[in-house]
Amino acid sequence: MQYETVIGLETHAQFHTRSKMFCGCKTDFGAPPNTQTCPVCQGLPGTLPVVNRTAVELGLRAALALRCHIAPVTQFDRKNYFYPDLPKNYQVSQNYHNLGVDGRLEIEVDGQTRKVGIWNVHLEEDAGKLEHPEDTGANYTAIDLNRAGTPLLEIVSAPDMRSADEANAYMNELAAILRHLGISDCKMQEGSLRFEAGISVRAVGGEEFGNRVEVKNLNSMSAVVKAIEHERHRQVAVLESGGTVPSQTMLWDVQREVTEPMRSKEEAKDYRYFPEPDLVPIEISPEWLDQVREQMSELPAVRRKRFIAELDLPPYDAGVIVEQKPIADYFEQTVEQGVEPKTAANWMMGEVMRVLNERQCEIDDLPVSPPMLAELIGLVTDDRISNSVGKTVFSEMCSSGKKAGEIVEEKGLAQISDSGELEAVVKQVLADHPDAVADLESGKQQAKGFLIGQIMRATRGKANPKLAGELIDRLTGD
Amino acid sequence: MPELIELSAGDLHRKLMAGDVTARQIVERYLDRIEQIDGRVGAFNTVTAEAALDKAADIDDRLDKGEAVGPLAGVPIALKDNLCTRGVPTTCSSRILEHFVPPYDATVVERLQRADAVLIGKTNLDEFAMGSTTEASAFATTANPWDLSRVPGGSSGGSAAAVAAGLAPLALGSDTGGSIRQPAAFCGVTGLKPTYGRVSRYGLIAYASSLDQIGTFSRDPRDAALLLEVIAGHDPRDSTSAQEPVPDYSAELEKDVAGVKVGLPREYLAEGIAPDVEAAVRAAADTCRGLGAEVIDISLPHTEYAVATYYIIGTAEASSNLARFDGIHYGRRAAGKMDVDELYSRSRSEGLGDEVKRRIMLGTFALSAGYYDAYYLKALKVRRLIKKDFDDALAGVDCILAPVAPTVAYKQGEMIDDPLALYLADIYTSATNLAGLPAIAFNAGTGEGGLPVGVQLMGRPFEESGLLRLAHAFREATDHHLARPNLTED
Amino acid sequence: MTRITTDTVEQVADLSKLILSDEELAGFQEQLDKIIGYFEVLNSLDTTGVEPLAHPLDLRNVFRQDTVEDSAPREDALANAPDKTDEAYKVPVVIESS
Ligand SMILES: [Zn+2]
Repeated sequence: MQYETVIGLETHAQFHTRSKMFCGCKTDFGAPPNTQTCPVCQGLPGTLPVVNRTAVELGLRAALALRCHIAPVTQFDRKNYFYPDLPKNYQVSQNYHNLGVDGRLEIEVDGQTRKVGIWNVHLEEDAGKLEHPEDTGANYTAIDLNRAGTPLLEIVSAPDMRSADEANAYMNELAAILRHLGISDCKMQEGSLRFEAGISVRAVGGEEFGNRVEVKNLNSMSAVVKAIEHERHRQVAVLESGGTVPSQTMLWDVQREVTEPMRSKEEAKDYRYFPEPDLVPIEISPEWLDQVREQMSELPAVRRKRFIAELDLPPYDAGVIVEQKPIADYFEQTVEQGVEPKTAANWMMGEVMRVLNERQCEIDDLPVSPPMLAELIGLVTDDRISNSVGKTVFSEMCSSGKKAGEIVEEKGLAQISDSGELEAVVKQVLADHPDAVADLESGKQQAKGFLIGQIMRATRGKANPKLAGELIDRLTGD
Repeated sequence: MPELIELSAGDLHRKLMAGDVTARQIVERYLDRIEQIDGRVGAFNTVTAEAALDKAADIDDRLDKGEAVGPLAGVPIALKDNLCTRGVPTTCSSRILEHFVPPYDATVVERLQRADAVLIGKTNLDEFAMGSTTEASAFATTANPWDLSRVPGGSSGGSAAAVAAGLAPLALGSDTGGSIRQPAAFCGVTGLKPTYGRVSRYGLIAYASSLDQIGTFSRDPRDAALLLEVIAGHDPRDSTSAQEPVPDYSAELEKDVAGVKVGLPREYLAEGIAPDVEAAVRAAADTCRGLGAEVIDISLPHTEYAVATYYIIGTAEASSNLARFDGIHYGRRAAGKMDVDELYSRSRSEGLGDEVKRRIMLGTFALSAGYYDAYYLKALKVRRLIKKDFDDALAGVDCILAPVAPTVAYKQGEMIDDPLALYLADIYTSATNLAGLPAIAFNAGTGEGGLPVGVQLMGRPFEESGLLRLAHAFREATDHHLARPNLTED
Repeated sequence: MTRITTDTVEQVADLSKLILSDEELAGFQEQLDKIIGYFEVLNSLDTTGVEPLAHPLDLRNVFRQDTVEDSAPREDALANAPDKTDEAYKVPVVIESS
């Protein structure tokens, strides 16, 4: 029998705000434990929450980008359950009047466009972190409340995905949107983007969904992809052997790359949601929505299409560049300086990304501005320096923050395009390599490449290779 | 000079400003009286003698230097022990918070400090403000100063008893279903429950968030006005606090009451009310007429549903608000080795009293799957009808005169085994909280056993001024306020 | 009428994280049954078409700006903790679940 996988994803993204959802504590990652808390996010008795307006507006951006219906009046509800990382033993979330409902996200897989339904988009607060001491003898768990109260966006998709590839495309597109609109920095390694997957399998063409297995602890996109593959094999094997897959919650074991049933007792969950009485409803007027729309930058999908149509970029290049908004912005600003788009794209995907990778930094951290990059590319395209010297100059710019012209000047890297100056070098090289000259004269064209290489070496890369070739031709009387 | 403990808060402050008395003298006199009397009354959980004397010294010092002081300078004030005070234990009269010392001050406490009031202690209450006798305190029973064998009412019984016994001229309490007004009536003092949102709840340890409101105890409406002026007003830390401007309540107090329309709701004078209480309400109506007010019969048709509605909504919110008391981040933790789940259950079971457990379970039930619509949601709908009753009635009258409790103060232990009977006694007070309206309770005579009988005036949202004015005129026209409990100092 | 059985009370106590002795269970069952029975007075009211009222004030859109304020010193945060390390709250080992 042929099976298909049915996948729905719940995504939690930490908002890119300065302060927490309901108090003024910072949301910085990596601070020493319990140094970014106050009576409100510690859940001390008597304290009250006040909503961070920016978090609501960023949530609205997401809801609009995902084509949701926006609630005219939205409100917070309390989700009641006991857990040590939740100091109030309830989470302020949304249940009855979500910020946005019934949206969709278009993804592209193998050149095909698919629509994934979005059930709802809502706001909530993050919980603290439980740390298990590395000392294996330790008989306790430590609680760090720095993360407690960090604003979170939850995006619940419909079970519309049918393969790990589709889930992967969905996650990437969603992350691109969240980054592009300044909603979340989506740093998986810092936990600012987290997933839970609902996975089931059924016979192809079946009407009914199979029993759903919820997989938690998915802290990277590749974990989601692997977990889907793993579950698909596991569930199909169960069905093939005549068994049934129980509905249950599983944890992804990152080391062993398997799903494991949750060890703790599976209580019947009764969250007793009710309207949070410490907060008042939020009315979203059409005027407010218009303001939010005005602040929204172009969506990644639109931008990709524009880069392809207007800048004549190959679809692959557009995809790579648009994936991260700062890269796409940088690219556009470079093009605005008059650089030919495909050339600018080659530089972005080549040298720029190589340096970012090497240095593990963001493009905004580079001391090279788009006009500075444009100047450098200009020097190369005008043959003032060779391509390889251009790469060296770029590295130097990234280290020193100096302009390309300055570096070329200082280090004397300008291409030798003066035939008089170069002729002396060429003559010397020809005199030093009579065998190669003989080969060339007997028609072996490879010998010419060798000679040019020697000329480049002698000039430390500064020789204009085209001119050098011409000079060889002339001086060997070919 | 008259006895300091006989003076109103306003007069104490004036004497201090006139140089007739020092803040130190005032505070020492009150601390001495607490020492003499409170062993019998049991109003206080904590007396902050040292901090009070320091504050008094600071005030005297500033006055000596000719520096400005606040509008309550030198006036001692007692705080219900569910209001957070930085560095001073705040227990809610619960074992689970017995050693809890908040690292922050409630907004009302900050405002009192800025007004230079002198905090002299934290008063007893029914655990987490759940009760109407103060017998549900985990620590002690507070006695009614008028008859030490009787309850002071609750849940703010300690604050009411402190003012009645002359242990503080002013006190703060909280009112969720009558917890200021009923003890004020039982103890013969003035208790004001402001409009929901009038006073910031930040730092009030919540019982039921949509019903709780901080209010005042004083000997008379004039002092209530003085205190309300200090504590009222918007607080950016409380999303539910109102933006309405704060009027000059003291000035508003003096205005004429002739022509004021007073509604007398027939449902509040029906079956179940004790004869002495009904007589006091009717006599109060006559007094109002004598003052030139027009008394009109009105109807609040959904009155009989108020208690059920109040207990469903109140306990539902409480079940969630009190979930945080789990022995993890603060408060009492059960001893011994166990897993987290057992730690929660044991800490809570050992740390919380029966009435609190009862209400947590009632609220958990009302919100649980399968019962949410039939109980919680239904109660929210009836709440709308109850509020509409008041909106309709208050379109025709300026305020509503009503009893506070069906009887005068009862004997200690009398109601302890029948929670439902105790709940039903909230019939005249709980609707006000459901509708969020302001109300003031004050002494309107003497009933059975020579005990005080209180009546209340309820008004439109943010019209505390009108209530204070009529209560003040009533006081000027009668001499009930002259009666004092008989408590001799040792 | 909803009868509150000891089963219901046990479930509710479990959700509320309360342990009840047999005696307490019997006592609470009787009281809760009586009180919840009384709550059914509301069923005599027709509330068709009535909007629920969760809050007495008609306030909307109360926000704070996204500005950072000072956090509390860690000593203050941990001052009331029943069990702690120098930098964190301590609890018995928690096996990761949800
Ligand atoms: Zn905080």
